[in-house]
Amino acid sequence: MTQSSTSQTVPTSPSGSPEQAPQFASVDEVVERLAGAGYLASNAAATTVFLADRLGKPLLVEGPAGVGKTELARAMAAGTDSELIRLQCYEGIDESRALYEWNHASQLLRITAAKDESWDATREHVFSEEFLLSRPLLTAIRNEDPTVLLIDEIDKADVEVEGLLLEVLGDFQVTVPELGTITAARRPLVVLTSNATRELSEALKRRCLFLHLDFPPADLERDIVTLRVPELDGELAASLVRVVGALRELELRKSPSIAESVDWARTLLALGAETLDEDTVRATLGVILKYESDQRKALSELRLDRVLSPADAAGSSVS
Amino acid sequence: MTAHAVAGRLVEFARALREHGIAVGTGETVDAAAAAEAVGFADRERLREALAASVLRGAAQRPVFDGVFDLYFPAAHGTSETAADEPETPAQLRDRLLDALVAGDDARVRALAATGIDLFGGYGAAAGGGQGQGQGNGHGGEGAPGGAGQAGGNGSPAARLSGWSAYQALSEVRPQALRARLRTAIREARADGLDGDAADALADREAAAGIASFTEHVRAEARRRTAELRGRDRIARHAVAPQTDLVAFTNASAEQFAEMRRAVQPLSRTLATRLAARRRRATRGRIDLRRTVRRSLATGGVPMRPVMRRRRPGRPELVLLCDMSGSVAGFAQFTLLLTQALSDQFSKVRSFAFVSRTDEITDLVRAGRDEPENLAERIVTEANLTTIGMSSDYDGALQTFADGWGDVLGPRTSVLILGDGRTNGAPPNLAALRELAGRARHVHWLNPERESSWGTGDSEAHRYAREVPMFECRTIRQLSRLVTRLLPD
Repeated sequence: MTQSSTSQTVPTSPSGSPEQAPQFASVDEVVERLAGAGYLASNAAATTVFLADRLGKPLLVEGPAGVGKTELARAMAAGTDSELIRLQCYEGIDESRALYEWNHASQLLRITAAKDESWDATREHVFSEEFLLSRPLLTAIRNEDPTVLLIDEIDKADVEVEGLLLEVLGDFQVTVPELGTITAARRPLVVLTSNATRELSEALKRRCLFLHLDFPPADLERDIVTLRVPELDGELAASLVRVVGALRELELRKSPSIAESVDWARTLLALGAETLDEDTVRATLGVILKYESDQRKALSELRLDRVLSPADAAGSSVS
Repeated sequence: MTAHAVAGRLVEFARALREHGIAVGTGETVDAAAAAEAVGFADRERLREALAASVLRGAAQRPVFDGVFDLYFPAAHGTSETAADEPETPAQLRDRLLDALVAGDDARVRALAATGIDLFGGYGAAAGGGQGQGQGNGHGGEGAPGGAGQAGGNGSPAARLSGWSAYQALSEVRPQALRARLRTAIREARADGLDGDAADALADREAAAGIASFTEHVRAEARRRTAELRGRDRIARHAVAPQTDLVAFTNASAEQFAEMRRAVQPLSRTLATRLAARRRRATRGRIDLRRTVRRSLATGGVPMRPVMRRRRPGRPELVLLCDMSGSVAGFAQFTLLLTQALSDQFSKVRSFAFVSRTDEITDLVRAGRDEPENLAERIVTEANLTTIGMSSDYDGALQTFADGWGDVLGPRTSVLILGDGRTNGAPPNLAALRELAGRARHVHWLNPERESSWGTGDSEAHRYAREVPMFECRTIRQLSRLVTRLLPD
């Protein structure tokens, strides 16, 4: 916070926001830099990130839980050497949590301390940078270094917050009545994530590029698992991905996500499993399927349920 | 393509999307053009993603988008080049397909799909050209797929053919015949730790998925070529499947129902949030003094923003009365699953089904949450719904409900009746319906038929509609709108 704008209408950035150089030269470079940050991007993800950077539009990422929405933002920050500023949305989040807030307590103290001052002088003091609590949105806009602004789980927030975001994301500027309009010194790369629990407003969607992240194809997922758990045997990773893929085809209450595949890989590694045989699958199914009914269904569909029949139960290694 | 041609194509593309219910405004079209320019036209998949990112607003629109994209930005024009090692008979094609599927080579599978269409998919003589007429009649049009296929293979097919049929190509290639062999091959090729039944089951699933993807490629290829032949706009209008939430319940296919079932969980979450938001907005009235004082500490003890007392959510009881006969069963099944997924929004949900008499199915539906596949069949076989036959009789159904379960209804109950109101000639029994309406807080009737056909034929819908409010509910979109509107706070 180098600026000290004390007058009423001095914007933080004196010269508006000039066209800044894009971070990525090509889609291939996006793939490369994200991979460098430990994120294997699909064609769709890489293209959309490239466009978000090139066209300066926010990126709205939707998809089931655990496919790497938040991770994408992290990787973008790491890949572009930017600071990641995160706004976690929740039910009831409002302007004072998302944008800025005046520090009332300090202001009151300041007023009490300056008894002899005239009101004009006091007011100028009280509504200055010193008492402004900057929340993520304002922080991201005022940041002069490259920034990735992650607005996580926007669908959890109320509709009013979207209205607030419209101003911020449309022009990358914020109006604080007492200070004036603050324009972005440098446009942040904005990523919004949503689990689609609520339909977002048309106006917000229109301003964003839309990316639906879904479960990746088998070979990409295998690469992801190997990247995350490099100690795991390649063949084991391949069969793990196959089983997870088959499970996603079933109608389950909660399909296993990438995060769960990785967890499963870690579990297998910890157990020292050499191959993915039936007993291992049966014993560790709880890592990837979190509902009892799902597990039952998976066992019967993959014909692993012989453990339930008494004849085989004796020979089973499940504890 | 020149800049002008690109712009024109994009505008046509946007218009086709609009016709399929994807709202693409001028702003989006401009965005799409900017995105296309940034990405370039060299890589088709990237172009696809770039356009998708600019015009789409939800994952449900993606299949429609892909279908339209393939029509307007085809991968290739005309027939594919036939290489030397290309197969010539269905058996050879199947062999190649087997190899490609085992190797998991999607590009090769697509190429084979194109070959399949090349060899066996062409049909009919061109309607317009005189030259085509002369040469084409010998082949007997659609009746002789083999002959027409030959015609497609040699020479310039566009001049003679009137279309490409995926159905014809598939019935010639018969990819289903591969399934057993493919399973064995996959099992051997991808040997891993799994053995016995489990590996079989896994391989079987993968074989089925592989064949399904080939079939889909064949369909897409046929659509693309027919589009070239007949003009893109016409094909786009008919050949691209509609979005799941716009498919009418009464004529959905088995796959579309499977697709719908997948939509139940996400939809229920959306609806639950919407209902909760509505309850929250209803929070006004008495001030919560304790929380107001606590919040006032932040403003130096001055209560600037009062906090309202949160109203206890009055959770209503819901009673569903579903017609399980014939074409209405699919609609009833979907709605049952949806309300089951929403059950935490209600203090009690009870479900009843009828064909010619009514029986309670609450337990069956609850079990159906874990196994939604054949819910409708199970309900019909396990519950006592009919005395004879499977045609609905609203007279008996309403009467048995009123007699047997009249005490279910009370001043806090909302009743949803799902059915088309087709009584098959029986009297409508309005008295029983009136009795239900008198006891319950609300009765709403959801009818999966188009409003214009209410009261036609044996439908008594218009008479029922005079007793209780009736709503047309043909698609998921209409249903979810109705659910939020009708359900009480």
